[in-house]
Amino acid sequence: MDIFLQQLVNGIVLGSIYALVALGYTMVYGILGLINFAHGEVVMIGAMVALTVIQLLIGSGIALPGPLIAALGLLIAMPVCMALGYVIERVAYRPLRAAPRLAALITAIGVSILLQNLAMIVWGRQYHAFPALLPAAPHTFAGATVDDLQIFIVLLAAAIMAGLLALVHRTRLGRAMRATSQNPAVAGLMGVNVNTVISITFVIGSALAAVAGIMVAAYYGIAHYFMGFTLGLKAFTAAVLGGIGNLAGAMLGGLLLGVIESLGAGYIGPLTGGFLGSHYQDVFAFVVLILVLVFRPSGLLGERVAERS
Amino acid sequence: MIRKPLVLASCALAAAFMLAGCGKGAPQAGAAVVVRIGQVSPLTGPQAHLGKDNDNGARLAIEELNAKGVTIGGAKVKFELVSEDDQADPKTGTIVAQKLVDARVAGVIGHLNSGTTIPASRIYHDAGIPQISPSATNPKYTHQGYQGAFRVMANDVQQGKVLGEYAVAKLGAKKIAIIDDRTAYGQGLADEFEKAAKATGAAIVAREYTTDRATDFRSILTNVKAKQPDLLFYGGMDAQAGPMVAQMKTLAVKARFLAGDGTQSLEFIKLAGAAADGVVASSPGVPLDKMPGGRGFTERFTAKYGQIQIYAPYAYDAVMTLVNAMQKANSAQPAKYLPELAKISYQGVTGPIAFDEKGDLRSGPITLYVVKGGKWDTLETVGGGAAAQK
Amino acid sequence: MFLADRRQKLRRDPRLVWAATIALGVLLVALPFVTDWAAGRAWVRIAAFALLYVMLALGLNIVVGYAGLLDLGYVAFFAVGAYFYALLASPHFDLHLPFWLLLPAGAAVTCVFGVLLGAPTLRLRGDYLAIVTLGFGEIIRIFLLNLNAPVNITNGPQGVNLIDPIRLGDLSLAQTHTVLGFTVPAVYNYYYLFLALVLGVIFVSVRLEDSRIGRAWAAIREDEVAAAAMGINTRDVKLLAFAMGASFGGVSGGLFAGFQGFVSPESFTIIESIMILCMVVLGGMGHIPGVILGAVLLVVLPEALRYLGPLQQALFGRVLADPADLRLLVFGLALILVMLLRPSGLWPSALRRRELAAGGGAAADGRA
Repeated sequence: MDIFLQQLVNGIVLGSIYALVALGYTMVYGILGLINFAHGEVVMIGAMVALTVIQLLIGSGIALPGPLIAALGLLIAMPVCMALGYVIERVAYRPLRAAPRLAALITAIGVSILLQNLAMIVWGRQYHAFPALLPAAPHTFAGATVDDLQIFIVLLAAAIMAGLLALVHRTRLGRAMRATSQNPAVAGLMGVNVNTVISITFVIGSALAAVAGIMVAAYYGIAHYFMGFTLGLKAFTAAVLGGIGNLAGAMLGGLLLGVIESLGAGYIGPLTGGFLGSHYQDVFAFVVLILVLVFRPSGLLGERVAERS
Repeated sequence: MIRKPLVLASCALAAAFMLAGCGKGAPQAGAAVVVRIGQVSPLTGPQAHLGKDNDNGARLAIEELNAKGVTIGGAKVKFELVSEDDQADPKTGTIVAQKLVDARVAGVIGHLNSGTTIPASRIYHDAGIPQISPSATNPKYTHQGYQGAFRVMANDVQQGKVLGEYAVAKLGAKKIAIIDDRTAYGQGLADEFEKAAKATGAAIVAREYTTDRATDFRSILTNVKAKQPDLLFYGGMDAQAGPMVAQMKTLAVKARFLAGDGTQSLEFIKLAGAAADGVVASSPGVPLDKMPGGRGFTERFTAKYGQIQIYAPYAYDAVMTLVNAMQKANSAQPAKYLPELAKISYQGVTGPIAFDEKGDLRSGPITLYVVKGGKWDTLETVGGGAAAQK
Repeated sequence: MFLADRRQKLRRDPRLVWAATIALGVLLVALPFVTDWAAGRAWVRIAAFALLYVMLALGLNIVVGYAGLLDLGYVAFFAVGAYFYALLASPHFDLHLPFWLLLPAGAAVTCVFGVLLGAPTLRLRGDYLAIVTLGFGEIIRIFLLNLNAPVNITNGPQGVNLIDPIRLGDLSLAQTHTVLGFTVPAVYNYYYLFLALVLGVIFVSVRLEDSRIGRAWAAIREDEVAAAAMGINTRDVKLLAFAMGASFGGVSGGLFAGFQGFVSPESFTIIESIMILCMVVLGGMGHIPGVILGAVLLVVLPEALRYLGPLQQALFGRVLADPADLRLLVFGLALILVMLLRPSGLWPSALRRRELAAGGGAAADGRA
């Protein structure tokens, strides 16, 4: 029982990582109803671009504090991801807005494959070590260890969620976003420039992807051209679990997913008397997911998309 | 807008055929005889770094052989590497295998994963083409009764046994935790390690699992920590072992980390950072810089292709062994040089290469290394050295 | 106007239809021989795999195309079918049951799995359904990967090897035979078997589409609430869709196990499910010829792209970019381009094309 707290801490941090990716994911999801398979790859590109910048800075020999180097990496990675998100939306998704929804899904898959292989060519096939730049002093309490970086990640995810909620509920742009996600045609009639709003949403989502990318790479110390695939899937799972298009839902879904995975890995063994073990942690997570959806078919906090009868 | 789907379909198929026709050219007629050697590994996908590494290793061997100039059967021979991507997918592996058979390769280096090597081996066997895998460790590969299936990498049974005994006897571990990554390699190695460690008198206090795509191991490490083992054994690759060791440090898991050849790489040290110190890992064969030509290999490879990932030296040796057999038989025809290959004795850069009757590498030496000051230091070499051969 | 009339007349002319069918039949029978001669035996193997994927795509077509249920875990049924065959026809349990027993049994077992997987999803719509099916796909794969302890059922990551080849009576498909003076190697045998079964699957699909069930599926696809109001038992109809779709996957899986001789969990990843979905949507969801085209194209294209090396040689005299690097990149690009140019698929049904032209596409699918 004394490891329960540590497992919980592990789960919350892991969940915050998922939430970071899921928040950007669900923004686009809510407004377009599009399963953006390419989001995971944008996260990856954010991490890789930041890595290149950071490697250049470290290699140049200029003595700068770690967090500043990371911030500079983020400063360059963000516009790159934002531009990438904008281009993807304009070129691959906008022409398909009137098309069957699954068509956009296939295009998203195509974009995902394209970005992965592009990254493979540019950054190579090997795993890259992401330098440890951010402070990670450990703190112990009640038998569990947490370090500064982990606390930062949890707070960051919460802050981003709060910021996004404020954006969506307290600003004109946010109102336009909500209107567009409820009914694009009528929103257009009400004077909302639907195309611009959608583009802006994508751009914001991609900026968040860059942040998520750097945090994931910094936390695990590793960046690889294939890292976006699993992250994208987890983000999708978290977003659906919390309710499609629901920002608080994405955060909750992410946290829940992380906690379930951690507790699952920790306790499946003892719970099943050794019959099952940590190799079934993903099964456990999916079973819980399915149970949640059976009882709450629109996700934990309900969805925030257009009602189509 | 293309309105006639049937027309579109026919055009697409015709285009595919034309493209296919491109590849089926006859070998260049010239003064030298061209001998094609196939190489198959995943060149795209999550294991592409290992696949490309194999490809580079084989390529280096081919280039060196061509530069040196090899004569077989009285004619000067030019070797050509036919490299294909199997995406670590068994279906694609069989298609690629058939492709190589169609291209009439004289031998195949591949595949990388056991899951692709095994189904492909049937195709090579049916065509009579010898196959040497530089990295497939599933024992079943050589237990199918195919005369032409070989591997130049010690299989899990040998390595796991050495590691298990070393852990208990030399590292003094009494309580051992084991993690594996649920791949054919990781699970196989971990199971053999467990058997050997138990037989030598240690207690296995925890058995946890992860995958070969995971990056977060904190939950299973927390479980392991609670059992307070002296040693943690990991069956899996460097891309997971690196972060795992780093996370062990932050969670203050005070156990020695022991792993197999999948972890014994420079990449591991990079990924683990400061936490790498003290990690012990094994690798089949003798240290590269102790082998004649080993250091030279490292220098030449690094100059051309950058850092060695893991299996490049084995791929290199596989090509050299194949060609060596051809030279002994004085023929590049599979039927003629296969008997020579079966009884070959060749000093590769990874160690002495000789095959047993199943095609496995004869119990070769296995070397243990430890990370000291950010580099791999040799601890000791266990098992049959060159003198013990034959 | 005049030309359209002419085309209509030609399409209806029974003699022309017969001639076209016979020509197609001859082409399909001669395909392995022609391909082997023109492009090498690997392409016959690719053709055989294409047929397997046609079966899979037609199965998924029932779930996604007919019933409008977004299934991202279809490969689970493929896996169940394959492992069922593998475990009962290999040295693993030392059982060697014949294929004419195993294939229908496998289809039945997979049907049951289809119902099991479909049951929790009945209240779910759209992407929630997608996630649950994705989850099921992964659950099946993880169980196959790990059921080797404490009791060794599936042999875990090592997979099941030395699976019996398919035998028709005394005739083993894995051996070369001589028929009417032609040498028929193993790959051809499997190709013909797969072709026969694909024709069966096509027949079943066509009959299903045009049946009461098929119309019920179309109804729940278009508007589930209205369909229920019209008296359609949506629960049974949905379960039937999953069951039928699953059974095709099961048959395909069994054939795959016999063909390849080795199964391991690596063959049944999420990426496979996604690829099969791409085949269905890219080809033309719900339209059988389109789905077949999509399946064949997505199997052939990555293989054809291996020739980017020689192609560059031919065009530029030397290789500019490593073909291994480019292959999947061009594939991704192709997916994007095809969907941008033909959003309702390469060969959509006439109904869909009209839907798209009228701009009603976004509402009329998937979201149900």
